[in-house]
Parts: sequence; structure tokens; C-alpha cells
Amino acid sequence: MTTTDITRSIDARGMPCPGPLMSLIGAIREGQVDDVIEVLSSDEGSRSDIPAWVSKAGHEMVEVVEDEGFAHFVIRKVK
Amino acid sequence: MSDDGSFSVVLFSGTDDKLQAAAVLAVGAAAMGRKVEIFLQYWALDAFRADRIMKDHGVAPEAGEEGLAAMVAQGKMHWSELFRQAKDLGDVQIHACADSMEMFHITQTDLDPLVDGVWGVASFFMAAEGPVTFI
Repeated sequence: MTTTDITRSIDARGMPCPGPLMSLIGAIREGQVDDVIEVLSSDEGSRSDIPAWVSKAGHEMVEVVEDEGFAHFVIRKVK
Repeated sequence: MSDDGSFSVVLFSGTDDKLQAAAVLAVGAAAMGRKVEIFLQYWALDAFRADRIMKDHGVAPEAGEEGLAAMVAQGKMHWSELFRQAKDLGDVQIHACADSMEMFHITQTDLDPLVDGVWGVASFFMAAEGPVTFI
């Protein structure tokens, strides 16, 4: 797992698409630059959608770590 | 975010499954910075009436009982809430087709506030860029 300090963690496991992405977008909007947000998602769509949105929105995809039946997405708010 | 062209959709069907699918597409397009233009005709327009937007609009016949059960079990947010989120995320415009409004003898006050206005078909094509999706 990452050594980056997580500012906020969101457990979106069990949420259908596009719930986890919407939760991330909400957290990015509310957060400060350099905040590190972790999203836990079991939604298959998140695996492609979260990195795609992060890249499009100009934030940093720190890492994606697979877990049992879900994944940890760690994102840094860049702007 | 930059504008990569609009996502233009005509919503014709008024069943909850199709409206749900359209709402998810609108959220995704808005999240990716696309302008979204939605035009409501016929049964989709009827589903956006303020007094019936939350009622059960059924599902397309191909869903069958099994499909309906699967959809309910997934427990998605109601499509009207997803359209609200899409509007909050980006530039998402929803217009009612003037001709369908006439058919139902309704005015904009009969519609949910999600609907931004009433347009003729030409106005929709003026705003739409690129291909138009029909659902």
C-alpha cells in the first residue's frame, strides 16, 4: 500500500456505476490542492472510469491497488 | 475542462430502464467535460412531468421479470437524481420538444424543473453538434 498520507477515504464499495466516480468528484471539489483521496470501489467500471476522469480533469492518479473483490484508488488533487 | 464536442441525445422512450441508461450516459459525458444536449419527445417527455417523474414507468419488454429484478437489485439512484447530478457536474441542457408538448396539451409549468425550456426540432439541431443518439 501507499505511504502517501490519505486526507480522506471514501468507501464506495457496493455502489453501482457511476456512484464511486461521483463520490470522488464530490470529494475533489470539496478538497484542497494536494489533498490525497482514497476511494474503495467494487464497481468494475471504476477500474477504467476513475483513471480516465482523473487524467481528463488534470489530477494525479497515485495508485490503484487491487484487494479482495474491490480496488483502492488513490488520487491527489492537483488544482 | 475542455470541450470535446457535445453529446446530443433525443430521449423518446419513457421507461425507467432507458431513462436510467440515458442518465448514466449524461453523467459520464458531463464528467468528461462534454456539453450534453437532451431533447425530450413523446413518452420520455411524459416521464418528465412534475407530477409523475417519480412514479413507476415500467421497463422495456425485453427486460422480462428477471431483467426487472436485476435492475431493482442493483439499487441505482433514480434517473432524475442522476440527471440532477449531471447538471451539477457540467453543461447539461434538457429541452422539451414543442410538438410533443402540444400533443400532451402541457406547458413548461407541468414539467420537472430539470427541463430548461421548450424547443422546436430546429433549435435542438442548432445546439447539437455531431451525431445524435436516439434512445
